[in-house]
Order: sequence, then structure tokens, then C-alpha cells
Amino acid sequence: MSRIKPLASVVLATTLTAGLSTSALAAAGDPVKIGVMLPFSGIYAQLGEAGRDGLKLALKEHADQLHGAEIEFIELDTEAKPSRAPELASSLLNQHEADFVIGPVHSGVAMGMIKMLRGKDTIMIIPNAGSAAATGPLCSPNVFRTSFSSWQPSYPMGKVALEKGYKKVYAISWNYGMGRESLDAFAESFEAGGGEIVEKVLLPFPSTNFQSHVSDIADENPDAVFTFFAGGGAIKFVKDYDAMGLRGKIPLLGSGFLTEGTLQAQGPAAEGVMTGLHYAEQLDVPKNQQFREAFHTEYGHYPDIYAVQGYDAGQAIANTIDQLKGDISDKQAVIGTMEKLTIDSPRGQFTFSRAHNPVQNIYLREVKDGVNVVQSVAAEALEDPARGCRI
Amino acid sequence: MSTELFFVQLVNGVQYGLLLFLIASGLTLVFGVMGILNLAHGSMYMVGAYLVWYFVTVTGSFTLGALLSAVIALGLGIVIERVLIQRLYNRNHLDQVLLTIGMIFVFNSLQSILWGNDPYGVAVPEALGGAVPFTDNSSYPVYRIFAALICVAIAAALYFVVSKTRLGMLIRAGESNREMVEALGVNIKSLYTIVFAIGVMLAAVSGIIAAPMRSIVPGMGESVLITCFVVVVIGGMGSIKGAFVGALLVGIISTFAAVLVPTMSNMIIYIFMILVLLAKPQGLFAK
Repeated sequence: MSRIKPLASVVLATTLTAGLSTSALAAAGDPVKIGVMLPFSGIYAQLGEAGRDGLKLALKEHADQLHGAEIEFIELDTEAKPSRAPELASSLLNQHEADFVIGPVHSGVAMGMIKMLRGKDTIMIIPNAGSAAATGPLCSPNVFRTSFSSWQPSYPMGKVALEKGYKKVYAISWNYGMGRESLDAFAESFEAGGGEIVEKVLLPFPSTNFQSHVSDIADENPDAVFTFFAGGGAIKFVKDYDAMGLRGKIPLLGSGFLTEGTLQAQGPAAEGVMTGLHYAEQLDVPKNQQFREAFHTEYGHYPDIYAVQGYDAGQAIANTIDQLKGDISDKQAVIGTMEKLTIDSPRGQFTFSRAHNPVQNIYLREVKDGVNVVQSVAAEALEDPARGCRI
Repeated sequence: MSTELFFVQLVNGVQYGLLLFLIASGLTLVFGVMGILNLAHGSMYMVGAYLVWYFVTVTGSFTLGALLSAVIALGLGIVIERVLIQRLYNRNHLDQVLLTIGMIFVFNSLQSILWGNDPYGVAVPEALGGAVPFTDNSSYPVYRIFAALICVAIAAALYFVVSKTRLGMLIRAGESNREMVEALGVNIKSLYTIVFAIGVMLAAVSGIIAAPMRSIVPGMGESVLITCFVVVVIGGMGSIKGAFVGALLVGIISTFAAVLVPTMSNMIIYIFMILVLLAKPQGLFAK
């Protein structure tokens, strides 16, 4: 079970030398082992790399907070394959005895990891996967998330739609966790305020044959369209929407992933698209500018949302080690400390909810000249309802 | 569904079907003539899309980028046939499958190394940027009409070459009896190189034409490959005419399924394939 296939998983253990420390504990104890379980190949490779780079930057910047503890990274490639998740998580838990496991990107992989790690001593920090279950029914004291729950970016958009005067909305997404949860969260606030979902379409994942649906939207003529798509599908949908002449006629709203990391490829087709997300690249927060410059200096390109989420996982670890003066042997103390943290994130400060999900602002962004421009705070310090979580 | 929407969807389906034909034609041609099952055919589609993105970015011109990409694809086809495929003519399909699956991994890795994992998009060339009014609410992009016409033109050219020219005559003769054609003094080796290179180029050209309409992402070749196989199996392996009819059927059926039964739309074409195979186990136009 814990045997790692030599070809399939690239195991890379690197040591990061902690900065000079005057702490007496410097020489004591074992290194802090951080297992990184992210996709470094396959369609989510870029997201995995960004998360890892953010994580490493945070631990380098906060080296003086580590009280001399050395950090040892164990990197495993999930390839975004849920079937590999239990095997890799088990290896980090039993063979490497990792103190922290950072991962994954993909919600399906998250489920496999949580099954293996929940209730254990290893602290799991999810730097992306937004599945509601992770901080809902499957929540666990040792599982934290520094990203978002699928509910968070979409719920405030229902209110936004009502404020803009849209009464009839056409909702479309993929028929998988993130897609269904996003549409449901939107409908929750939209219908409570008197809005009507005239049609709800769930396509098989990862089908991108959107053209027939765009024609159907034109025929239906709703006040607006709400959607969740990401990556290549997001690019295709926005381009098809524009190509069929709907842009400028029927407003397109979405969860922020519609235009996150995809804007360049979408080009002018994305102009005017309105989305909700817990971050925007040009967010006017001092920490954000500082982070963006530091990331650019380190890696030669500017960070995205995935880098921010990885960075905050690193900050959570560094702050916790600092508050515990370098001694992380008592896992209950580690969990107790992490629960009370206030993370100074590039997205603005956030804390953890009782279910260990970020309590954070959701920003309304509109694409202007190829940039997600922040229009307003759509929801301030929004806490996921964490339905089904019993902590 | 209103008559108007029905018509709109029919146009969508035909346009999608024509593009599918272009992708599938190379696969079926190479199988029909050379008996080679090229699983890396989808990778060639991906290569076409990435190349055109790269050259359009470098040169700033879609026409130039498309031409460069098509020529490189042709060259790539010649090299692959000479270096790899030639060793397979006397081997069984399993060996072919192993080699061409290996090629999928190689091309995916090359894509990742050369261009990274960011998704890319190609802008529609300016001259084809407009749209014609379609219904009250929507308009039909000129580029899609252009793409459909290119597909029809290539289909016609392919038909002409295979059925009316000397090269086509040799291709058809080679299909029936390779040894006899060789004995008559025809250089069958270079004939096969040409056919394979054309097959590769057809896949790449499909990727080039599709690039402004689709997103250019890692793994885009594999999903297309599967649809391609459905098309070819429905039409009859190796039959160009079969690929044409199969592609239109799959295009139209999946477009209507997407609207009428969205959650099941991916499944419908496989069900259709099964029904076809139950009635005609070799496909609609098998030889």
C-alpha cells in the first residue's frame, strides 16, 4: 500500500535551511516534515506548481518565525487522479510521518486524502479543492483549508444579480461536485430574494460542446446567465458565448474561476463578465502588492489565486510554529493554535471558521481591458455554513 | 423546441460534424491504406493547435502561422513514418497500439516542456471576425462558416485525389494488394510515407482550424481521439465516405442530445454506435 511506484511518482525531498536563529531550540528536535501532495503533471500541473511555489515562498519569508526548526519537503505528484490519493496520503502518513500535508488541487483527490488522514495526528491543509464536504460532513479537527468552499464565491452572486435587476437567470455548469454546488449556492440567495432560475443545465464533465447550449440561451432570452466553468472549459464557454453574439446582450455572471487564469486566452470575449471570488490580482491591499513583488522576484512571473492559497498554507504553518515556540509535538496544541490564527493574506486578513474554512471577503469583479477589476465587496467576512460538520 | 431553434441546432451540428470529419479522415485514411492504427492521431490534432498558437503569437498573422504549422506537421509526419511507423508494417495491431500510445505520452510531455501547462487561446483572424445575424438574439460567427467551408473543400479534395488521380489509384491498389503494386515497380515505401504524412497533416490542420474556436489545453488530443474513433467505427474503419457520414451523424446527434438530454449527452453517441454495430457489425460503409 505504501510502496511508491518509482516511475509514477517523483519523490523529491529538499531541505530548506532555516535562517540564522538565536533560539536555544535550534539544535534540538527533528525537522518539520511537510508533505506536498499536488498535481505536477496532467491538466492541473500549473495549479499545483503555483501552490507549491507560494508555500515555499511563505516559509522562506517567515524563516525567522520557525525558531530554528528545519523544514523538510516531501513532494508527491497526485497527477490530479483521485485513485492515487489514498496511496500517496498513506505514504506521507505512515512512511514519512509528515507533520503537515499540503494538498490537493482536485476535490476528488481531496476526498481520498481526507478518508486517509482525518482524525490522525498529521495536519492536512487544503490549498485549493473547494468541495463542500471537506469542511462539511467530512470535516475533522486536523483538516484545515486556506482556499474556499464551493459555496463561498457563488452565494453572494445571487444577491448581486438581484441588485442588478435580473429576475430570470439561466444556470449552466458541469455535472460534478463543484459545478452542482456552485449553482445551488447561487440559487440559494437568488431564489430567496425572489429571483427565478428559468433553466438549469448540468453537462457531463468535462464536455465542452457548448455551442448548442449557447444557441438555447439565445432562444430562451433570460435576463442573465450564471455559470461555473474552469480552465479550458471556461475559455471555450466565454468564447462561444461571445462568438454567438450574446456578449453585451445577456450579462454573463459566474464563480470567479470562469476568468481566473483564463483571461489571456479568452481575450476580448471576456470583457464585461462579472464574477465573485475571494481574490483579485489587483486587489488594493498592502500585503497583496508586497506579495506580488516578492513572488515575482523569486519566480520571475506574477502569482495567481493558487499561489496565494499555497502561500497562506505556508503562513499558517509558520505562524503556528512561531506561537508554539518551535515545539509542534503536541498535535492538540497545534490544532488549537491554528484555529485561533488571523492570517495576513494577500486577499485581506482571514480567520478560520469552526469547520476550519476561511472566513473571508468575496469580491465582485468585472473584466475590463483584460483585467478582473474589483467593483465592490460582494460579501464581507463570509463564513461557509458548513452543513453537516460536527466539530 | 421551436422550428427556429431546431434549425439553429442543425447548423451547429453540421458545423461540428464537418470538423469531426476532418479530424477523423486522417485516421481512417492511414488505417484504410496502411493498416496502421494510429492512436497518436489526437496528439497530432493537439500539435496543430499548439503550433498555430505559437506561430500566430510570433508572427502576428493567422495565415502565416497556419501555413507554417501545416508544413511543419507534414514534415513531422514524414519523420515519424520513416523513423517509427515503417518498422510496424509487418507487425500486429498490438505492437502498433503500444508504439502509438507511447507517442501520446511523448507528445504530451513535449507540449508540457515546450509550452507549459497554461491554457491558451488564438484570436479569430480579423478578416473573418464578423458575424451574420442568425436569430433575434444571436448571430453566427463568420469564422465558423469559413471553418465549415474549409472542411467541405478538404473533403472534396480528398475525394478527388483518392478516386480520380494516379496517386489515388496507387493508394487504392496498395490497399488491395501491396505485393502486386510493388512488383509492378511502384515505390510503395514512399507512397506510404506520403499517405501517413497526409494523415498527420489532416489532424494538425483540424487543430489549426479549431484553435480559434476552442481552448488550447494539455490533454486536448485524447478527448478528440475517442470521438474520432466513434466516428470511424460508425462509418466503417478505413472508409473515407463512412467517416464523412459518421462525422455528420455524430455531430448532429450530439448537438441535439446536448440540448434535449444534457446529462446524458456524452453517452448518446456511444449508444448510437452500439445500435449501428448491432445492425452492421463492420460499420455503415465497410468494405
